[in-house]
Amino acid sequence: MGRYVARRLLQMIPVFIGSTLLVFLMMYALPGDPVRALAGEQAVDQAQIAQVKKDLGLDLPIWQQYWNYLAGLFQGDFGTQIATQRPVADVIADAFPITVRLTLFAFAFTVIAGISMGVFAGLKADTFRDRGLLVLTLLLISVPSFVLAFLAQYFFAHELGWVEPVVSAAADSQELILPAVVLGSLSLAYVARLTRTSVAENLRSDYMRTAVAKGLPKRRIIGVHLMRNSMIPVVTFLGTDIGTLMGGAVVTEGIFNVQGVGYNVFQALKSREGSTVVGIVTLIVVVYLVSSLIVDLLYAVLDPRIRYA
Amino acid sequence: MPEALETPVKDATQPGSVPAAESKPEKARSLWSDAWHDLRRNPLFVVSAVLIVVLLTIAVFPGLFTSADPRHADLANHYLQKPKWGNFFAPDWFGYDVQGRSIYARVIYGARASIAVGVLVTLLVTVVGTVTGMLAGYFGGWIDTLLSRVTDIFFGIPFILGAMVVLTSFEERHVYVVILALAFLGWTQIARVARGSVITIKQADYVMAAKALGASTTRILLRHILPNAIAPVIVVATIALGGYISAEATLSFLGIGLAEPTVSWGVDISSGQEQLRNAAFVLIIPSIMVSITVLAFIMLGDAVRNALDPKLR
Amino acid sequence: MTIIDKTADVPAPRGSTENSGPLLDVRDLHVEFKTRDGVVKAVNGVNYSVSAGETLAVLGESGSGKSVTAQAIMGILDMPPGRIPQGEILFRGEDMLTMGYEERRKIRGQKIAMIFQDALSSLNPVLTVGYQLAEMFRVHQGLSKKDAKAKAIDLMDRVRIPAAKERVNDYPHQFSGGMRQRIMIAMALALEPDLIIADEPTTALDVTVQAQVMDLLAELQREYNMGLILITHDLGVVADVADKIAVMYAGRIVETAPVHELYKRPAHPYTRGLLDSIPRLDQKGQELYAIKGLPPNLLKIPTGCAFNPRCPKAQDICRTDVPPLLSVTERDGGELPGRHSACHFWKEQIHG
Repeated sequence: MGRYVARRLLQMIPVFIGSTLLVFLMMYALPGDPVRALAGEQAVDQAQIAQVKKDLGLDLPIWQQYWNYLAGLFQGDFGTQIATQRPVADVIADAFPITVRLTLFAFAFTVIAGISMGVFAGLKADTFRDRGLLVLTLLLISVPSFVLAFLAQYFFAHELGWVEPVVSAAADSQELILPAVVLGSLSLAYVARLTRTSVAENLRSDYMRTAVAKGLPKRRIIGVHLMRNSMIPVVTFLGTDIGTLMGGAVVTEGIFNVQGVGYNVFQALKSREGSTVVGIVTLIVVVYLVSSLIVDLLYAVLDPRIRYA
Repeated sequence: MPEALETPVKDATQPGSVPAAESKPEKARSLWSDAWHDLRRNPLFVVSAVLIVVLLTIAVFPGLFTSADPRHADLANHYLQKPKWGNFFAPDWFGYDVQGRSIYARVIYGARASIAVGVLVTLLVTVVGTVTGMLAGYFGGWIDTLLSRVTDIFFGIPFILGAMVVLTSFEERHVYVVILALAFLGWTQIARVARGSVITIKQADYVMAAKALGASTTRILLRHILPNAIAPVIVVATIALGGYISAEATLSFLGIGLAEPTVSWGVDISSGQEQLRNAAFVLIIPSIMVSITVLAFIMLGDAVRNALDPKLR
Repeated sequence: MTIIDKTADVPAPRGSTENSGPLLDVRDLHVEFKTRDGVVKAVNGVNYSVSAGETLAVLGESGSGKSVTAQAIMGILDMPPGRIPQGEILFRGEDMLTMGYEERRKIRGQKIAMIFQDALSSLNPVLTVGYQLAEMFRVHQGLSKKDAKAKAIDLMDRVRIPAAKERVNDYPHQFSGGMRQRIMIAMALALEPDLIIADEPTTALDVTVQAQVMDLLAELQREYNMGLILITHDLGVVADVADKIAVMYAGRIVETAPVHELYKRPAHPYTRGLLDSIPRLDQKGQELYAIKGLPPNLLKIPTGCAFNPRCPKAQDICRTDVPPLLSVTERDGGELPGRHSACHFWKEQIHG
């Protein structure tokens, strides 16, 4: 196990470097210019622009810029925002906890609601309630999340008046519930379907027949024998899901005005603040890598047939 | 909940398994003809297929469905005019947007951009992903290590976020730019599926036999592996197609995808959000179109998966 | 509740059952499955009984309904699509088909236990064998985790799994096929049930291991004086352990007989065919006999005797009239206890 973890951590290094490089290249090698974006429509002196660029190191070859960035990153320096002169690390430190909370809420919602719905339907595959769930999940998958966000905003805020349409800067946990439900709804549909299929499939397995033949009570048959086996593929999916939720937060945070990393990355993109974008995307990539490692380890715990050497 | 427990029986003596040999003389049906046989009877498939045919027709020949011009603005007469639900196929059927343009005409003409993005991105990612996955899965070793790490790199970047990064760099975002950006980030899923599928099939006896008979690598890959590995790829690709349409709409909505004067559902949804409170239909109608289209492709993918996956039968 | 008390009141099974009737009595059992292509009649009026200490072997090809009958007894049929339109399954004189779920559950595992064919898929892959064995004691006897674990180790010792103490926390996939089947047997034996149903318990094993497992099962059965229903398609397995045999075809019993009688003088052409298809040393070099044709389609069971399309001796009557299961007698009318045949021409078959 230890060796496996070590190997996985080693494998992460090239993936981490590759991802940051990729985002870095997309941000800096493609056309678009942060200094010009800063100036907006105003006519600015070419020499002035060149000077600002020189100060920021943006005139160096792209490889050198990347090397400088990476070197800074390992010293905890994410760079500085050009327009506000704020260190990117500060921006992230403010925004990241909000997004983490939003993501965790969405994740909890996904897990609890998705698994219960999936079990509920899977225990009675091909019945009315199973088909009902299928239709519901198809709808959740089909309706783009921004549409869902608007609909939620329209009904819960404008029509019913239960919540404020947008979240305050403090982003209280209570305010984050609606955005989290919207953010988690797509994953919810996937988790519900995966659980349903897995439960229905395991229900037909020989060991379930044995469990019944042993005269075990129903609660034990389902709770112990069925669930342990059915959760294996679901857990695998959930591992990649945290990263997906964080990525998806860009849209949700934008609509509900949640000032987390998604909101900040969107602002930074519009003003071509390279270091902010690369910093935040890097962070999400790291979250994704770590969570998928944790899940792979959890997988071995859930399924003793898997042994990592 | 209770009776479900009485179900777990799987046994050779189960009905269907034994008698099938006698009752069905043409039992040597292939996976594909078997799947087709199942599909035709599946209402999910029939509904989605009909929807997709209609949507494709709209995308190719929008003029057949409306005579109105989607770009013709008549602010004076039609500003945010409410839909007239009884006037089927008329320009005022779905009402008018904030610039006095027929929403019906716009959703009809908007289909082309959305569906073009969905179909072309899917074609691109399927080709790139299948080739990458097949090479990695078949050759293994350092080729696999290299390709898998590259796949990991692209896979780790959140899809929408990555597409946003690429697209903000372009001043003018034509349809093909959006297509390339989505394909650039989207191929990894197919590559992973294809790789897994090839690794399984590589060990099959018929591949061993072909190798033993001295078939060339190209022949083995194209004649033996590809046809057998493609089923899961097709399923994933069909479902992903819906996802790309949804992604295009999301990006256009964020103002980073397609933009005016391109007519697209995403663009209209984006411009409709300002009127959400007083004229929700401006946003809701193109949203429904996106949802129906995505739904059609996801249903199709579902149906194809059920037909191709013998385990679920 | 009252009914459960009754089962508890029944005198202890050990030795005292000789005069209190059979342990299990299956009467006119019918099972059918609804499928897309029609109704599959898997079991069509099966009768058999087992007493304490007795071993009944149920013989038949796959699709003959032998496993479905066992599943109906055990209450693990897939319902729906399965259905039991007719019949009774009496356990100690009480019809289990009319009992409630909880009552039946208390019989399962405690009074009637089952051993399945494929131990690898029948044991839960993600739980240790110790847990799965101990579960029996925890659920049915309310033992603590620790005591139940200790009992599980005892059980593993009893079925002669080496180093039981060290292996109790292993998972099913870590055992060999033979050892896994021993665990299945241990699990069935855990609560010393009155009746064990073994559904092809050795089919999935190597031939050398088959004999060991079979011997173990027979020995434990004698030790506990249990009834045993042994379902198999392997006539070789049956000869050594069974007391009586029921041969099934197309969901019906076509012949019953004490084990040695059946081998000596089969009274049904199907049984004859089965016996002839056993490879024998003295027939070396000759072609092995095989019953021609395929097992019947249960959606469309042939009219008359279900075996008629494959029977070498079929006459017109076989294609029109279903032969009832009749008592078989000696040529002079002398009684042959326990012998029945469902063949219009059983006389010719047994005496001819």
